[in-house]
Amino acid sequence: MAVVEVRDLHKRFAGGVVAVDGVDLATEEGEYLVLLGPSGCGKTTLLRVIAGLEQPTSGEVLIGGSPMTGLPPRARQIAMVFQSYALYPHKTVLANITFPLKAAGIDKAERRRKAEWAAGLLGIGHLLDRRPRHLSGGERQRVALARALVREPSVFLLDEPLSNLDAKLRATAREDLREFQERIGVTTIYVTHDQVEAMALGDRIAVMSEGKVRQVGTPQQVYRDPADTFVATFLGSPPMNILERDDCLVGFRPEHLLPRGIAEPGDGGVSLDFHVHRVEHLGSERHVVGTVGEIGQETRVIAVLPSTVAAPVHAGQTEPFVAAGRDLRFFAKSGQRLERQRL
Amino acid sequence: MASKAEQRMTWQVGSRAERRYLLDREGLLAPLFLLPSIIYIVALVAVPFLLAIAFALSDVTVGDPSYDFVGLRNFAAIIRDSTFRRSLGNTVLFTAVSMALVVVLAKLLALILVADFKGKWLVRLCVLLPWTTPVALAAVAWLWLLDSVFSPVDWVLRTMGLLHGNAVYLGRPGLAMASVIAVHVWRITPLAAVIIMAGLVAIPDDITDAAQVDGAGPWRTLFEITVPLNLPVIAVATLFGAILTFTDMTVVYVLTRGGPIAATQVLASWAFFKGIEGGNLAQGAAIALFLFPVLLAAAIAILQSVRRMEVR
Repeated sequence: MAVVEVRDLHKRFAGGVVAVDGVDLATEEGEYLVLLGPSGCGKTTLLRVIAGLEQPTSGEVLIGGSPMTGLPPRARQIAMVFQSYALYPHKTVLANITFPLKAAGIDKAERRRKAEWAAGLLGIGHLLDRRPRHLSGGERQRVALARALVREPSVFLLDEPLSNLDAKLRATAREDLREFQERIGVTTIYVTHDQVEAMALGDRIAVMSEGKVRQVGTPQQVYRDPADTFVATFLGSPPMNILERDDCLVGFRPEHLLPRGIAEPGDGGVSLDFHVHRVEHLGSERHVVGTVGEIGQETRVIAVLPSTVAAPVHAGQTEPFVAAGRDLRFFAKSGQRLERQRL
Repeated sequence: MASKAEQRMTWQVGSRAERRYLLDREGLLAPLFLLPSIIYIVALVAVPFLLAIAFALSDVTVGDPSYDFVGLRNFAAIIRDSTFRRSLGNTVLFTAVSMALVVVLAKLLALILVADFKGKWLVRLCVLLPWTTPVALAAVAWLWLLDSVFSPVDWVLRTMGLLHGNAVYLGRPGLAMASVIAVHVWRITPLAAVIIMAGLVAIPDDITDAAQVDGAGPWRTLFEITVPLNLPVIAVATLFGAILTFTDMTVVYVLTRGGPIAATQVLASWAFFKGIEGGNLAQGAAIALFLFPVLLAAAIAILQSVRRMEVR
């Protein structure tokens, strides 16, 4: 187990594309850190630089306190699971899993023992003689994990390992991944563009955009107290409503916009006349789409009402809604979060 | 709106529309596009091939073109001929040694071709140059390089103190064969390298990245990952190379004309000398046909091994 630290890291590709633009980031011992961001934000490049598959343009990578710059991946005590799993198609599952051990010069009996241990842990012991092409997506992912696990790395790097699975399998695989990491307790850096995965898996989330880390914090922190409007609108589905005022931006989550009577504005809250355009019934909740104008310019907003809120809301009507004062967030016009607490 | 759409519909059903969509009909297009290649194959492959079989079973010569069926007499005659047996042995040796060298060199060149470094365009150009050089030009250059008196290779070796006098590359049986093989390998390696390169490019980057992360050094990655994954394509390159080598007579014809004393004679060149230059069309055809079952067997064997690797 080790701490991974990245200091003022820059990566510019030959074509001039800046993928990583000054990132400072450090994991804690045994932590599950998720790099979250839209595609093209530099999260995978950052992971590849940590792995040693790319050399940084400037800046430093430290693993367990020692500088790694210039060292090849095999000198870094890391294991990586790729988005495509990158299993060796010409090798059996057993040969895939034992490959890192063979490269480390471990003798055959010991290799077999460790591979069986890892395969047993992941429930793929019966597949050892198969080849990757005869495995399902979920089984391939487990083989990739087993291959990463056998060499007992000090750091796990996972690059969107769930994105090739179908939606139903993804939920169970996500639980398995979390359980697996808790059991082995190895520092893990996990790259994803899926906020649900990030929220469910991460001890902390680093939200990235355009090569920069916008915010690092626990899932609750980045969701409740976003550092800027990018984080506020990237996290949450539907995203945070942002209303523009003369001097600042006001944001509140869709689930915090509720019919008057269900909630009261309270200290510093606001009452809004919600011009409802459309109501979507999604089973466990209702999405109410419309516009409000009181606290800023006329803006399109969304309210999410849990199915336990029975208040009738009709399209085409104007309903009284409230957003409580404690749920309002304020941002500067540039997007940065303001300390300000009330309107 | 609706009436406009209706109008267009009726218009489309009309005969003008039918003509307009004539080229969309597969039943018409497929034969039309296949026709040129069918004509090509029939006129330039099938007819000469059948003609060769007919000639091999006859007593046709340039002097006496009348057709008399003689059965397998030509085959019996050529098998008794010691030059033929020498040529057969030479062909096998020529092909085996050439292909062994070509596969290793082409794999190395392919690795260089896919590598990313400064000035790679110059290296790529040099790699492909032998393949693009016209045979006549290359032959002149090689004849000069291997000249019995003025060979620059000899001169370099003499200056380094490794040789006294002249090596006479094309005049001694062993050296002549080695020279023929060297020139042929030089000519054919770029083609094989490009084929193998295409196979290398098809290996996903993720797989080699994974090997790196798994702790494999460059050698282990090469021999445990890249080469096995590249093997089907290498087999195809070998098949092409072997057939090109087995049927090739240009290098032999230009460098040694089969000499000294049939030391470098191969089946293709012997068939040419016997049939065209010697005028014995029937025996020439028989010698040429002797290659056919061997090549067919080789092609089937290699294609089968490729398929086995694919379904694995």
